[in-house]
Amino acid sequence: MWEYTDKVKDHFLNPRNVGEIENADGVGEVGSLACGDALTLYFKLDDQQRIKEAKFKTFGCASAIASSSALTEMLIGKTLEEAETITNENIADYLGGLPREKMHCSVMGRDALEKAITCYRGSAEKKIEGEIVCECFGVTDIQIERAVRENHLTTIEQVTDYVKAGGGCGNCHEKIQEIINTVLGKEEAPARKKSPVLTNLQKIKLIEQTLEREIKPALNKDGGDIELIDVSGNVVQVRLRGTCATCKKSQITLKNYVEAKLRELVTPELMVEEVTL
Amino acid sequence: MNPLYFDNNATTRVAPEVVEAMLPYFTEYYGNPSSMHTFGGTVGRQINEARAKLADLLGASPEEIVFTSCGTESDSTAIMAALRSNPDKKHIITSRVEHPAIKNLCEYLAKTGYRVTFVPVDAKGRLDMDYLTHNLTDDTAIASFMWANNETGVIFPVDEIAGILSERDIIFHTDAVQAVGKVPIDVKKNRIDMLSLSGHKLHAPKGIGALYVRKGTKFSPFLIGGHQEKGRRGGTENVASIIGLGRASDFVAAHMTEENTRVKSLRDKLETRLVQKIPNALVNGDTDNRLPNTSSIAFEFVEGESILLMMNEFGICASSGSACTSGSLEPSHVLRAMGVPFTAAHGTIRFSLSIYNTEPEIDLIVEKLPPIIERLRAMSPFWKGSCGCAT
Repeated sequence: MWEYTDKVKDHFLNPRNVGEIENADGVGEVGSLACGDALTLYFKLDDQQRIKEAKFKTFGCASAIASSSALTEMLIGKTLEEAETITNENIADYLGGLPREKMHCSVMGRDALEKAITCYRGSAEKKIEGEIVCECFGVTDIQIERAVRENHLTTIEQVTDYVKAGGGCGNCHEKIQEIINTVLGKEEAPARKKSPVLTNLQKIKLIEQTLEREIKPALNKDGGDIELIDVSGNVVQVRLRGTCATCKKSQITLKNYVEAKLRELVTPELMVEEVTL
Repeated sequence: MNPLYFDNNATTRVAPEVVEAMLPYFTEYYGNPSSMHTFGGTVGRQINEARAKLADLLGASPEEIVFTSCGTESDSTAIMAALRSNPDKKHIITSRVEHPAIKNLCEYLAKTGYRVTFVPVDAKGRLDMDYLTHNLTDDTAIASFMWANNETGVIFPVDEIAGILSERDIIFHTDAVQAVGKVPIDVKKNRIDMLSLSGHKLHAPKGIGALYVRKGTKFSPFLIGGHQEKGRRGGTENVASIIGLGRASDFVAAHMTEENTRVKSLRDKLETRLVQKIPNALVNGDTDNRLPNTSSIAFEFVEGESILLMMNEFGICASSGSACTSGSLEPSHVLRAMGVPFTAAHGTIRFSLSIYNTEPEIDLIVEKLPPIIERLRAMSPFWKGSCGCAT
């Protein structure tokens, strides 16, 4: 059970300013169903250019709803210049704090606000800036860098708490650590190795090529052989043939040689599974 | 406020009968069963009586029961015993929907040189038996498949699995933590080599579990120490809790019919009514092969933690497959393995009943939950009315 403050509970059970604004001056949408939380923020300005109305619709947990509700309260009466200065920390503080693991809810509020202001100013919707680091939650290096800098984060776990990056498969942990190191000035910014993004078709072709050119010849030397059965996502299913099929060390061959080679030459996410009959 | 407790797959109320049986073993019969004196020895005899009661519940012999501290210890003991007694074999086969006690152990072992196959399930949570059969090898040291799933209640075809494995002479372990006490179990019917159970899921206290080890199964202890449990588990016995587990075994055996009739019909009523009253509510899992007490319902376009906390305001206790409640960011691995779409997985609530639940409690949930879902949907940017469309 989460330790929510009374203020979080209050804003969750009695959320302020739920709804949509027709003809809103600014609208900001962030998050997605897949990610588990999403927020659409609306605001309308009065003739003094102050926010006279702010509303939200949120799909998410108690702290996501409370953060959205708190944000709308904080916005009303502010000019856009004042609103722009609101940080995710401010939203969390307004609620008397959020559990560490829930800080991303306040970041979502801040992101929606930025989008809504950008939308009002008419600057074309900014494209996703930077390069996606966390594929599971679609988080870019720029977002991670910003969260690390603004909230003085020092560990991968904290980055996950604030922007979710690294909370899924975990494949991006190394990259996140690099970003933290860079921000903390521990290291020079590493020349980022651009691992090519492959389409499924390219990936399968490359796997086939690698098997034919690299792996098969090596196994053939020992009287073994390998057959590609299927590729599903990052799982490569193969069948071992010849002496490999009966070799007691075949599992070692599979992991230490076949998988390692495929990871090296195709993409590091691959897993090799043996199909036996 | 009295809780409306619908979270019995998480833990159960210790039956008053069980507490009563346990109490004398704290202050009166506090002897160590290993002692030479009669004072301690008497306690040892009581432990064996409890062992016999638990064995009866499973169709086992008393000497096939090893008491442990919990379900997780039983699971770890079983897997590690199988691996240690078959040092040449490096393959483990299990399912994608196991409890973390098995799943995380197998993932750990996968990093230390073992090869692990996770057998997939279909959309209803049913095990892919062909995949299982085709992935057994001469290198397979152990197969571990749960009897019943903790999140959906779906029951795996344990008899069929045992049949396939015994033909190949592969050790079969089943995590039956959710099944024992809820559905009849007879380990003699088939070749089940090891079976894990946990006391607090069947009205005994937390901190006591057991592992059934079929006579003749090669075994190696997990906790190495004294001669307790015939050298199969070192450490002074948790006497009162063992007595409690024995008493609870009688208790659930006596209520087995009730569990599968009255409790089942309460569950069915709750599920049917909720699905009737709430649009876009879907039952997860194979309703034909399911524990009598469990219902997993997905309420689309809302998030589970929010539902739980709003139900909490009425004292309704349940649990969710959503990410937010667990502190992880992804919804339950069980629902994901079943391919439940994100729209539904995040809003999944599990109700799990026990013999202590009553009809008026069901009526109260059926009254309180629909407005909660409606309220959260009104707040959700994805909800566009009951037509089922989302942006």
